[in-house]
Amino acid sequence: MPSLDDLRKRIASVKSTQKITKAMKMVAAAKLRKAQEMAEKGRPYSDKMDLIIQNLSKAINDPSNAPKLLVGTGEDKIHLCVVMTADRGLCGGFNTNICKLAKKYFDEAIKSSKNLKIITVGTKGLDQLKREYGKYIIKKINLKDKKKLTFLDAEEIGKQIVDLFKNKEFDKCFIFYNKFKNVISQIPQQQQVIPAKIEEKDKKQEEMSSYEFEPEEDEILDDLLPKNISTQIFKAFLENSASEQGSRMTAMDNATRNAGDLVDKLTINYNRSRQASITKELIEIISGAESL
Amino acid sequence: MEKNFNLEIISPEKIILSEKVNSVTIPSFEGEMTILLDHIPLITFLRPGILRIEGSKESEYFVEEGTVEFSNNTLIVLSSTIIPLENVKGENISKMIEASKALLAKENLSDKAKYIASHKIDTLSKINQ
Repeated sequence: MPSLDDLRKRIASVKSTQKITKAMKMVAAAKLRKAQEMAEKGRPYSDKMDLIIQNLSKAINDPSNAPKLLVGTGEDKIHLCVVMTADRGLCGGFNTNICKLAKKYFDEAIKSSKNLKIITVGTKGLDQLKREYGKYIIKKINLKDKKKLTFLDAEEIGKQIVDLFKNKEFDKCFIFYNKFKNVISQIPQQQQVIPAKIEEKDKKQEEMSSYEFEPEEDEILDDLLPKNISTQIFKAFLENSASEQGSRMTAMDNATRNAGDLVDKLTINYNRSRQASITKELIEIISGAESL
Repeated sequence: MEKNFNLEIISPEKIILSEKVNSVTIPSFEGEMTILLDHIPLITFLRPGILRIEGSKESEYFVEEGTVEFSNNTLIVLSSTIIPLENVKGENISKMIEASKALLAKENLSDKAKYIASHKIDTLSKINQ
């Protein structure tokens, strides 16, 4: 049985923890609103970019001449995985969920004897992956010092990936990130960026082929595809940061509630033992008086 | 009848402009072109230059790169580097010109990169005048 003093100290410490989690929740909520707004504002760009690429790729009739970024190298040996996580913890299952999905994929790839290369973005993912998959990690990108992620940061990463592709370092590229659905649910995603996914040709093809291209289709694609990769990465950044804040908010909300429950329980304990000690003292006095 | 069509300028961060306009002049990669109502469907990309919009009000933007699609009387401009011309000011211009000149001075530059850099210098020095 802890003494009264111990209980009092514990209550105080839980209360101060509660204050911290509450503050973190508020901060996350404020940041979430901003991040969500950014993610929504960024959507038209990537949607339109997608549309243009779909239209362009429909116009290409001879796949053998098409840019490699669009159709791939024709091989499927080396997989590059870009795992995008947060730089900070205390956000529930956010980082773990991405890593879980990535690990599952890594194991499958290794089993089917594919070569694996990993790029980690964000320190938390690196921490979780480096023990098991350390030898596959070829690059660690750290954005901890950046206050706000801009398109330029995404472009930088996109450029590195395209350069690696041009040097024939890999055949397929996937990115792992959390898609923001709503505040309580974020879905870890695996998305293929190289080669770009093309939807099946549909009936509209005739209408589409009437596009005028200036310069030639493949030149436009050469310019557009690297941009598309940067765009995808930027989109992943935005989704990720909204998810991170959402996940943190939920986690901190739960923590605050748990702390409240704990304080209640401890207070009851404290009051009971205070009462018990008073009763005990009274009994002692009474029985002392009786024996006289 | 009004001869206007929809213009949307979109950057990765947000939609910059979405309105009805009469004509848009874009610095397309192979030369300037003006787009009017009922232009045939078109996809092209941009080099550094000035994008001119004529509609209810006239405005000009400085762009470095971008992708343009015109279909169904909607012109979509996707660009990550697009700034209103009045925001491009004296000092910045000289800095940007210097940077491009330094880039041009480098060896083993591809023809395309040279072409883009020289256009950037041209456009910027014209603004400066």
